[in-house]
Amino acid sequence: MGENTFPLWLIPFLPLVGAFINGAFGYRLQRRFGEPVISAIGVSLPWISFILAAIGFVKLQGLPEGQAVISQLWTWVEVGEFKVDMAFAMDPLSAMMALAVTFVGSLIHIYSIGYMHKDDGYWRFFCYMNLFMFAMLTLVLADNLLLMFVGWEGVGLCSYLLIGFWYKDLNNAKAGMKAFVVNRIGDFGFLIGFFILFWSLGGEWSEAGYRTTGAFSLHFGSLPAMIDSMATKTLWGVPAPTLVGIFFFIGAAGKSAQIPLYIWLPDAMAGPTPVSALIHAATMVTAGVYMVARMNFLYVLTPTAMTVVALVGAVTALFAATIGCFQYDIKKVLAYSTVSQLGFMFIGVGVGAYWAGTYHLLTHAFFKACLFLCAGSVILAMHHEQDMRKMGGLGKPMPLTRWTYWIACVAIAGFPVASGFFSKDEILWQAFNTDALLIPGWIPWLLGFVAAGLTSFYMWRSYFMTFTGKTPEVHGHEPEEQRPAVTGVLVILAIGAILASFLGLPHLWMHIPSAIQQFLSPVFGAAANLKTAGYGHGTEWLLMIASVGVATLGLGIAWWLYRGRTSTIPERVLKTFPRIHKVVYNKYYVDEAYQATAIRGFLGLSRLSAWFDFKIVDGMVNGAGTITRAFAWIDGAIDTYIVDGIVNLVAQTVKAIGARLRRTQTGRLPTYLAGLVIGVIVLIVLTRFLSDVYG
Amino acid sequence: MNEPLTLVDLVFYGVAALTVLSGAYAVFSGNIVRAVFSLMGTFFGVAVLYGLLAADFVAVIQVLVYVGGILVLMLFAVMLSGNIETAARSNRAGSIILGGLVGIVLLLFLITLAVQGPWIQTDPEAYRATTASIGKMLLGKALLPFELLSVVLLGVVIGAVVIARSRKSEEADS
Amino acid sequence: MSHVGLEHFLVVGAILFTLGIVCVLTRRNAVAVLIGIELILNAAGLNLIAFSRYGGQSLEGSVFVLFIIVLAAAEAAVALALILAIQRRLKTVDVDRTDSLKG
Repeated sequence: MGENTFPLWLIPFLPLVGAFINGAFGYRLQRRFGEPVISAIGVSLPWISFILAAIGFVKLQGLPEGQAVISQLWTWVEVGEFKVDMAFAMDPLSAMMALAVTFVGSLIHIYSIGYMHKDDGYWRFFCYMNLFMFAMLTLVLADNLLLMFVGWEGVGLCSYLLIGFWYKDLNNAKAGMKAFVVNRIGDFGFLIGFFILFWSLGGEWSEAGYRTTGAFSLHFGSLPAMIDSMATKTLWGVPAPTLVGIFFFIGAAGKSAQIPLYIWLPDAMAGPTPVSALIHAATMVTAGVYMVARMNFLYVLTPTAMTVVALVGAVTALFAATIGCFQYDIKKVLAYSTVSQLGFMFIGVGVGAYWAGTYHLLTHAFFKACLFLCAGSVILAMHHEQDMRKMGGLGKPMPLTRWTYWIACVAIAGFPVASGFFSKDEILWQAFNTDALLIPGWIPWLLGFVAAGLTSFYMWRSYFMTFTGKTPEVHGHEPEEQRPAVTGVLVILAIGAILASFLGLPHLWMHIPSAIQQFLSPVFGAAANLKTAGYGHGTEWLLMIASVGVATLGLGIAWWLYRGRTSTIPERVLKTFPRIHKVVYNKYYVDEAYQATAIRGFLGLSRLSAWFDFKIVDGMVNGAGTITRAFAWIDGAIDTYIVDGIVNLVAQTVKAIGARLRRTQTGRLPTYLAGLVIGVIVLIVLTRFLSDVYG
Repeated sequence: MNEPLTLVDLVFYGVAALTVLSGAYAVFSGNIVRAVFSLMGTFFGVAVLYGLLAADFVAVIQVLVYVGGILVLMLFAVMLSGNIETAARSNRAGSIILGGLVGIVLLLFLITLAVQGPWIQTDPEAYRATTASIGKMLLGKALLPFELLSVVLLGVVIGAVVIARSRKSEEADS
Repeated sequence: MSHVGLEHFLVVGAILFTLGIVCVLTRRNAVAVLIGIELILNAAGLNLIAFSRYGGQSLEGSVFVLFIIVLAAAEAAVALALILAIQRRLKTVDVDRTDSLKG
């Protein structure tokens, strides 16, 4: 082993082994030995991956700055000078991602032992979860774009499999299909981006194979150096980096549920709750953010693409937050909250504050996983009831769930004791302070600021609706706290949500750049030259206080309206403005709009072309037929009396000959073939003979 | 022309004999299973001849695809079509006469053609490995047919499944 | 007997080709017909390789034969499917009895 090599490939590979064992033998293992064997395999391997990732991280710390731990397996594709390796690399960014994915993922695996207890598909569940870990770790540890795309598609597949996990319910199967199709649209954009990138990096096909301007790979380490050469290329009058950036962002928007491709994520909550926590909150949906951060050297070249990313992120953050305020299904609230938080991350990476965006990704992984798992715990206690209106007062029988949910709410709402505040506030400050976009920085800031207030409101609303008030009876007995496998995980995640703060204590407080910023700076070197508006510390303090203020306001309103479930104001407000409520509750009718435009449009187009085929094309053909018939009638008259006389004579002759010849048509293959062979021989002989005569 | 035989010549004559004889057995044997197995000799023989002609890659592929794939497919065809025992040669006189006649004429004609030439020839070069250059050619000059072939194979896979799939109505018919 | 040259390979190819043709013409079993076709393809391949060896050292012959091999495999797969279908429908694989095309 050399200085900076480490068998990183083991990190994704181990969960793959687990997926294979449980996938191939799980059914029999479960029947023969019961669930413990399945979970022993399914849970232990991700933990070993976590340990390996930690060792890799330690190794990375020992290296000089700017170097990465690498693990080169073999050359994957080599055409001419284009070369892609099957290789994994761990730089600070992927180290952070890998640690978060393996740690949170492994915890959620433990949680699943309790949650999926006595499910028929227990083995299948762990197989898919391990497969997902494999794909996600491939995505984050990949050394080049191509391998990353393999992981990218892999997580999409696993997401589809797990959303439709209880596939016997048609709605779940439909939700899985929806996620898959919407993700395909995004991936199509991603692929187009790929092609444009490939094209613009230069190179052409020739007799000798693919020739490039030099050794050419999609290796992340060497891409930044090559990307400068593409800055001058244009396609349809648009600079290539801008196009690539925007198309890549379409892929990211599909995977990370941004407008207009966010519609699949709320439906994805049909899957088991651990899946919602792992895939649709903590890890997979952040892949888009990760990708944009990974390609930061590309985005800094193009203010247009940065503006698109930041603006779409900001609008999504606000839009999803407003929907979240009016949902009653606890998982739907969390789903829209996830969409909204992903919007924040995109504001971060869009304005060039890559480290802030990825830091929010990290903290979000903790507190949102915690929230989802708490929700899962509540749902189990309520016997699969997800409507918050039927809950209430669960704080008393379920103290651990309640307090972990409380901590996570503090974190997400943005109070300066838990991690969410530090990451979100940093994003908002950076957005306000940026001057690298085509629009002034206060626009994304304002949208994000309002969204932050709404976040605080809807999170506390869900907290008060679920845990305060009168305890309901479910199936005749009181809801109970869950098993330690469930609550233990909640506690660890809640602690993580607080401890993650220390990674990102603001510059303003500590007078040194925060730990995470320093740690990630080698990856995001390109962002250092982005222009800022240059506001001072005073402004930063002011914005920080405003953030806390708006969060407190949200908490206050939620407290006033929902604490103890006694106030009737919400009902009355809703009754006063039934229209608005209806529109927002139905998610602005976006799904219906898609149904009416995209889907209906597509069907309409099909129908139109069918109609065109039937009426116009067939009509033309029929018309031609009619005209022909008319001519034919005249022609026929001539024929019958004049021509036929002659023809009949000929025909009689032909018929007589045909009757004899017909016997040669035996219908048997050998006869025909013999004829063919003889014919060919005759032809060749003739050719030779003739060439002898004339040649 | 009467120089002593070299090793290559000996190998050639031996292998050519094996190829032709097992081919002949495959054609004239009354038992279809034996015919298929005898065909293996021909395929191997042709592979060795490819080797003698410095086409190492093709020789390996010949063994892989023909012996490993096509031959097995044929055995399956024999077994699934179920008349291993009765697979006798055609006794119909017409076919034998026709076939024999065509065969003899064709053989004489082709051999005359092959021996007479005249062929434009260059002296063969020394043996060298061809795999790398074939790979480059498949991804360069011959890329279009190469890609088309993959489409053809897809069509074949689907087509074979569609044809071989048993349809309920058909089962009922027969 | 002289040293092995182009003509020798051509003669082997010619013999294989003739065997294949005779096989297709005389045998009644569909699988036997398939055997004949494979012999013909092998003969053609042998000729191509021989010409490419003795006539200019190019690799086109090899690539051509590779394509032939692939198509032969494809053809064998389709042929097997056809044989199975015929067997199911007509209860025979005798090509002399599959003469629905008879005029």
